[in-house]
Amino acid sequence: MASGPEKKALPSGSVLAEARRVSRFYHKDSAADVQVLDDISLTLRAGEIVGLLGRSGSGKSTLLRILAGLLPPSSGEVLWKGKPLHKPTQEIAVVFQSFALFPWMTVEENVALGLDARGIAAPERDKLVDDAIDLIGLGGYENAWPKELSGGMQQRVGLARALVVHPDLLLMDEPFSALDVLTAENLRTDLIELWSEEKLPVQSMLIVTHNIEEAVLMCDRIIIASSNPGRIAHVLHVPFAHPRNREDAEFRKLVDHIYALMTQRAPIVSEADLARMGKAQASPLTRSFRALVPVSITMMIGMMEALAAPPLNGRADLPVLAEKLQLELDDLFPLGESLELLRLAELEDGDILLTNEGVHFVLSDLDERKAIMGHALLHNVPLVRMICTLLDERPTHSIKAERFRSELEDSMSADYARQTLQTIIGWGRFAELFDYDEEGDRFFLEDAAPE
Amino acid sequence: MNRSWMNLTPQSQGSSSLPLRYLNSVDALLLLCLAALAIALGAAVRHMLGPLVAPAVTPIHLDMWHLPGYALRTTIRMFAALGCSLLFTFVYATLAAKSRRAGQILVPLLDVLQSVPILGFLSFTITFFLGLFPGRILGAECAAIFTIFTSQAWNMALGMYQSLRSVPPELEETARCFGLTSWQKFWRLEVPCTIPSLVWNAMMSMAGGWFMVVYSESITVGSTDITLPGIGSYVGMAIDQQNIGAVVAAILAMMVVILAYDQVLFRPLAAWSGRFRLESSNTGQAVEPWFLRLVRRTRLLRMCGNALLSVGRRISYLPLGSRPGAVQMKSDESARADWVWWGFLLLVCLGASWQVWAYAHAHYTLGQMAYVFGLGGITLLRVVSMLALASLIWVPVGIWCGLDPTRARRAQILAQYGAAFPANLFFPVFVVVIVHFNLTPDIWLTPLMILGAQWYILFNVIAGASSFPSNLLEVARNFEIKGWFWWRRIMLPGIAPYYLVGVMAAAGGAWNAAIASEVAQWGQTTLTAHGLGAYIAQSTQLGHISDVGLGTVVMCVFVMLTNALVWRPLSDFVARRLKLN
Ligand SMILES: Nc1ncnc2c1ncn2[C@@H]1O[C@H](COP(=O)(O)OP(=O)(O)O)[C@@H](O)[C@H]1O
Ligand SMILES: [Mg+2]
Repeated sequence: MASGPEKKALPSGSVLAEARRVSRFYHKDSAADVQVLDDISLTLRAGEIVGLLGRSGSGKSTLLRILAGLLPPSSGEVLWKGKPLHKPTQEIAVVFQSFALFPWMTVEENVALGLDARGIAAPERDKLVDDAIDLIGLGGYENAWPKELSGGMQQRVGLARALVVHPDLLLMDEPFSALDVLTAENLRTDLIELWSEEKLPVQSMLIVTHNIEEAVLMCDRIIIASSNPGRIAHVLHVPFAHPRNREDAEFRKLVDHIYALMTQRAPIVSEADLARMGKAQASPLTRSFRALVPVSITMMIGMMEALAAPPLNGRADLPVLAEKLQLELDDLFPLGESLELLRLAELEDGDILLTNEGVHFVLSDLDERKAIMGHALLHNVPLVRMICTLLDERPTHSIKAERFRSELEDSMSADYARQTLQTIIGWGRFAELFDYDEEGDRFFLEDAAPE
Repeated sequence: MNRSWMNLTPQSQGSSSLPLRYLNSVDALLLLCLAALAIALGAAVRHMLGPLVAPAVTPIHLDMWHLPGYALRTTIRMFAALGCSLLFTFVYATLAAKSRRAGQILVPLLDVLQSVPILGFLSFTITFFLGLFPGRILGAECAAIFTIFTSQAWNMALGMYQSLRSVPPELEETARCFGLTSWQKFWRLEVPCTIPSLVWNAMMSMAGGWFMVVYSESITVGSTDITLPGIGSYVGMAIDQQNIGAVVAAILAMMVVILAYDQVLFRPLAAWSGRFRLESSNTGQAVEPWFLRLVRRTRLLRMCGNALLSVGRRISYLPLGSRPGAVQMKSDESARADWVWWGFLLLVCLGASWQVWAYAHAHYTLGQMAYVFGLGGITLLRVVSMLALASLIWVPVGIWCGLDPTRARRAQILAQYGAAFPANLFFPVFVVVIVHFNLTPDIWLTPLMILGAQWYILFNVIAGASSFPSNLLEVARNFEIKGWFWWRRIMLPGIAPYYLVGVMAAAGGAWNAAIASEVAQWGQTTLTAHGLGAYIAQSTQLGHISDVGLGTVVMCVFVMLTNALVWRPLSDFVARRLKLN
């Protein structure tokens, strides 16, 4: 009854899934909805691996869930083989970043989940399960519990579970990002090898990732998403044959090009565009508070000092800087973005450079640094300005934090709001703009401490 | 393991979607509705069925040879109640978790039910079940089983509800993605998620269960004497005949039963339920309980076990129910239905208030209510002083035990058995001493209420001390922090979250035990301490149902007020400030 293993391969290039002008809002009771995806159109064809590349929070997972039929789009539609897709189908399988294995099922039971759900009879089920387990290199682990396996092995189970139903499309949400570097590389290579040898029982794969090299290593086509709200910014074809070599000059060039694209300033939106986009953007206020990633002051200072120091002298290639600071490239983005937000540094064509203000900061002593940071916060972070203004106005010089949290929640999820406030508190404390009393959940001015 | 100690909190954070302040007023309204329901039921039963007919009294023999038989019957009652609780839990928790509207009522209702002193229930349930099966022993059996049930069902249901609400979203999505039907999803995903909490809560409520079964086997409601053959009635008879030897024999028999229960049922269950834990942290495999090993090693038992499991799996994969559709966006139409629903609830509350008011007006005077509240104050004083005393003793002992792993393990086991043992079996031993030395009951009966509950404090403190980060202790040693300063700044804040859980459980137990412990008998001598517990117990014995009702409601109010004014703020504070990591 399920699509069996003898299924014919679809002609390469035939359209499998198609998203047409998909947008997605998250509903807020209190205020305007938050837009996560904006007018996304894309096509997935048989015979290709597509990469969806974007920073955290750009809506990649949301889009993947919509393509899987797990989440309905707010507007637009998803077609699967030409027909509207309203619910999950067995022809599309998903691999999750967190593996999502059932701890109370053995490896074999986990793999068989999709078959058991369909009531496939025992002999066929067992054969399919054995094939998938062997294919993905899990032989001998059939009766192990997921807890007993390493992360890499667990993700192999996740893969086998998705492949056993012989889906046409395999959707993977950051499948390797929870693994250590070596394990991830190992799994990637295995997967690509199986794909090139046409041993994978799938027609097409979509890999969501925020790792640029991973995308270039695996995909035939890379879709780069921009954030806030998620849009498709660029589409690139990767012309290399498998297996690919990371050290290859052409490979490096493409990676650098993508870095440059991803650090590009957001295009200036013209008035005409604004008018065309209509009501989604009608109230500019809703987007005035940006979600801030948790970046500590010490990290920012460390980065600025490293940038200012001699070999770099204020400007560095991001991958080079990452190596110097022993950071993952993807950890560098939030740092760079935060510095850019505060106008202490700028991102440009894959490089980061200190602004005058940033150089000044590095050369100053602690008190001066606090003053510069305070200035930068007040001028560039609307929320900080709002907190300080209100604190000044109040005779008690203290104010509940809850109010800012709910204000933030109007434009982002509760988690992000909490995180953002946390970050603001850290920055504000360093700059001695205000202090925060965790017990009373309130901001206050230090010289007017609550009695 | 440590996580599960925390589950003991009756209202652990995020248990319900309602904000706390709001919940308190909902609680009060629900208490009102419950009282109204009790009044209505009571009236109906009285009008329909006429006077109670007691079942034929089974004579109880103090002969030791009968003891194993009695123990068996007590155990069977326990099993029956456990089965009922499980059934109830599955239905109630599933309903509360799946239906938004049902959840809005059912969850706060559990909160209220948890604070109702179960022994106060007794006269109502006995009246009800004897009315249902007049003159037959079945009625009394049902009443006893129902009493045990009430001591288990609420926290099992709450635990299951919480686990159902915290099914990991990615597993849920996986289930939808692979097209599991609602039936398959329930049995393959949702029920497994709840198993650790179910086993744990069943284990914890055993303690209360044994207490209830012992108490309810021999009880007098008005002119109706009820005696069910079992360990409880055996002790009752021993008290009547002033036979201290028989009391000791019963205590020993009970110990054997509890040991067997633990070894054969709960150890294996607890070990097995470890598989269903979601957190991946592998905190070292515990030793396999011998009974589980026996099952695994013995061919026949293993085959039976495997056969059962595979039948279970087959059933759980039956393609019943619907396949998943896409998640629907919330529609506006439900807003109208919400209004209707809240309006309906408002009407129910109004009706209930009117009924309670009318009943109160007809049966109680203001002076009487004030008097009962005064008694509540006295019992509150008792509870507080006993909690303080138990803390003074067990916190240092618990810390001393907890800081050494081997000692901790042994003490932990002892404390668990202590908590499971029905403390009321020990009451006669104390009473003999009080009678013998002619001590003041108002003071010397007081410790009885903490006899069973103190163990909660001990084993939580041990758990806290043994999980105290050793590097913090080393820092303290490094700075030569000693004495009072060490206690105040290092140890006490560190174990506070655990201690609080223990104290809250102990307080609940103590309130309930007050009903059993403020009045005691030895032969013809009756000792009475002043207090709300004694008031309820005596009214039960005299068959003054309306007084029992008043006492029970007042006790509920006390418990709910302390929950709202003391325990919740405290546990919020502790969760915010003192939780390590
Ligand atoms: N259930 C939700 N409610 C509100 N906002 C959400 C919800 N889920 C995701 N979001 C928001 O959508 C944005 C994109 O999330 P996600 O799709 O997970 O991004 P990515 O996978 O690219 O990191 C985030 O800003 C997040 O706050
Ligand atoms: Mg994501």
